[in-house]
Amino acid sequence: MATRIDVSGLTAYYGKFRAVSDIHFSIEPKSVTAFIGPSGCGKSTVLRTLNRMHEVLPAARVEGRVLLDGEDLYGPGVDPVNVRRAVGMVFQRPNPFPTMSIYDNVVAGLKLNGTRKKSLLDERAEESLRGANLWEEVKDRLGRPGAGLSGGQQQRLCIARAIAVEPQVLLMDEPCSALDPISTLAIEDLITKLKSSYTIVIVTHNMQQAARVSDTTAFFTLDRTGDPGRLVEMDRTEKIFSNPTEKRTEEYITGRFG
Amino acid sequence: MSTSTAAMAAAPGGLHLVGRRLPRAVFPAIGAGAVAATVVLYVLAPITSRIQFVLIAGALYLIGQTVASIAVEGSRRATDRGVTTLVYLAFLLAVIPLVAVLASVISKGAQRVDVNFLTHSMRNIGARDAGGGIYHALIGTLEQIALASLLAVPFSLLVAIYLVEYGRGRISRTISFFVDVLTGLPSVIAGLFILAFYILALEQKPTGFAGALALTILMIPVVVRSAEEMLKLVPNDLREASYALGVSRWRTIVKVVLPTALPGIVTGVMLAVARVAGETAPLLLTIFGTDSINFNPFSGPQSALPLYIYSQAGQPQQVAIDRAWGAALTLIVLVMLLNAAARLIARLARVR
Repeated sequence: MATRIDVSGLTAYYGKFRAVSDIHFSIEPKSVTAFIGPSGCGKSTVLRTLNRMHEVLPAARVEGRVLLDGEDLYGPGVDPVNVRRAVGMVFQRPNPFPTMSIYDNVVAGLKLNGTRKKSLLDERAEESLRGANLWEEVKDRLGRPGAGLSGGQQQRLCIARAIAVEPQVLLMDEPCSALDPISTLAIEDLITKLKSSYTIVIVTHNMQQAARVSDTTAFFTLDRTGDPGRLVEMDRTEKIFSNPTEKRTEEYITGRFG
Repeated sequence: MSTSTAAMAAAPGGLHLVGRRLPRAVFPAIGAGAVAATVVLYVLAPITSRIQFVLIAGALYLIGQTVASIAVEGSRRATDRGVTTLVYLAFLLAVIPLVAVLASVISKGAQRVDVNFLTHSMRNIGARDAGGGIYHALIGTLEQIALASLLAVPFSLLVAIYLVEYGRGRISRTISFFVDVLTGLPSVIAGLFILAFYILALEQKPTGFAGALALTILMIPVVVRSAEEMLKLVPNDLREASYALGVSRWRTIVKVVLPTALPGIVTGVMLAVARVAGETAPLLLTIFGTDSINFNPFSGPQSALPLYIYSQAGQPQQVAIDRAWGAALTLIVLVMLLNAAARLIARLARVR
């Protein structure tokens, strides 16, 4: 079920601006990979190329290859809609659909893609909400609007919504940056739990968080403002945080730079 | 607390956190003084206008308040008070015509509106007869508005969706420009266009449908503009969230973007309906008008409330003018009811 990702020669542009340049890396199935690095280094951009969300922005384009279990996401004839069904995403700010109830938010991906069977939807809704550690809190008010939940609950609702379509990979773009420490802890526990069934990639500004939840850490940086971001090194998380190969990584992790 | 602040203000070289304020009672006194001064002015000078009385008293009040405030409170607070007073005056000036129109329509129309008036046409009513009603015009207006909305709303929504979700570059700028041009189109031109194009060139008879076509032209730019603004307000986050679930662009628009923008779109549609419900000129040229009931908007002339008001108010008999006031009140109430109904529907569609 879980999937490996191989990225080679990846360069992403916003119009004429080159945001990241010539990125190569591989991600193992059923692992948690953290992207860290200073603001503007392109880690979110790289994340968004992994489910073809980068090109949603006007004039944004990608060169290079992203292989999902050997299949190129940017190959000819690949439908981005199908890619996004296989690679789900959770955003920085919780963004439940304001016109939908909690229940409808969770099954939105299924319903909007044509699943009508009530029994299947009910089953998936409960399963996903349990998976996101939210079921106990909302099971008595599934008909209430999703926007009425607290920030942390909304973010877990968005995770439930993302896993309800049963993706192979889950991308998370700073999922805890708008949350308080307790909600952050809940999300981190959830990531550890989800690891058993999904390949997870998380962008974070919080290095303790990267150290706590990830198996592998990738450090991105940019040399000067305006230069494209690049991948400095990627290794087992313990190694990155205890004995990194590159000097830049050590400087960033110890807070002497960035 | 209060003693400590008082002590602070009194302390020499203190922070002066408490400024001097005019007592509340001063303002009615200034107002009374302004009115009294105006009365004196009216006695001394040969002025009689009541509107001028209000304006002079208002100006004197503003001057008196500013002088008193500068003397006691300083220029910053005086400016604040002056602008506040001006804002209230502007508000009153804006509301007066609105209330006056409503009041005169209600007072002159209410006595004429009854069940008989609403359920009878003008068929076989002589020029001096007191009877007759607006049933035929009410039917005509409702059918024409419904047809115009049916044509204009889906079309305009699609245009707005194109402009916001798909349109890039020159085509979308051109469409945008022509929508703006259409917004400023005088309504009689829309009527003339349908007269020239649909009735004369295509050799159709004047019908309720021809009127609805003219109203459609007037509705489209209003609905496009308001729907466009509402769609732009939908946060991009929601579109991205939907894309990330593997939902196609079109389904995202229909199931996520449109429902989010729905309340605003409904308001825009209602504004457009309210606008065209009162249009007389385009109907004058397209529906021909009749005194009889005609349920079929596709065949034969129809009447409409604005046209009815126009023709009745133009007659010399008081009974006809009374009928015009009655029809005017009905038209206002009709638009209000439609508005309330649309808002109710939009509210019921929301999750709670």
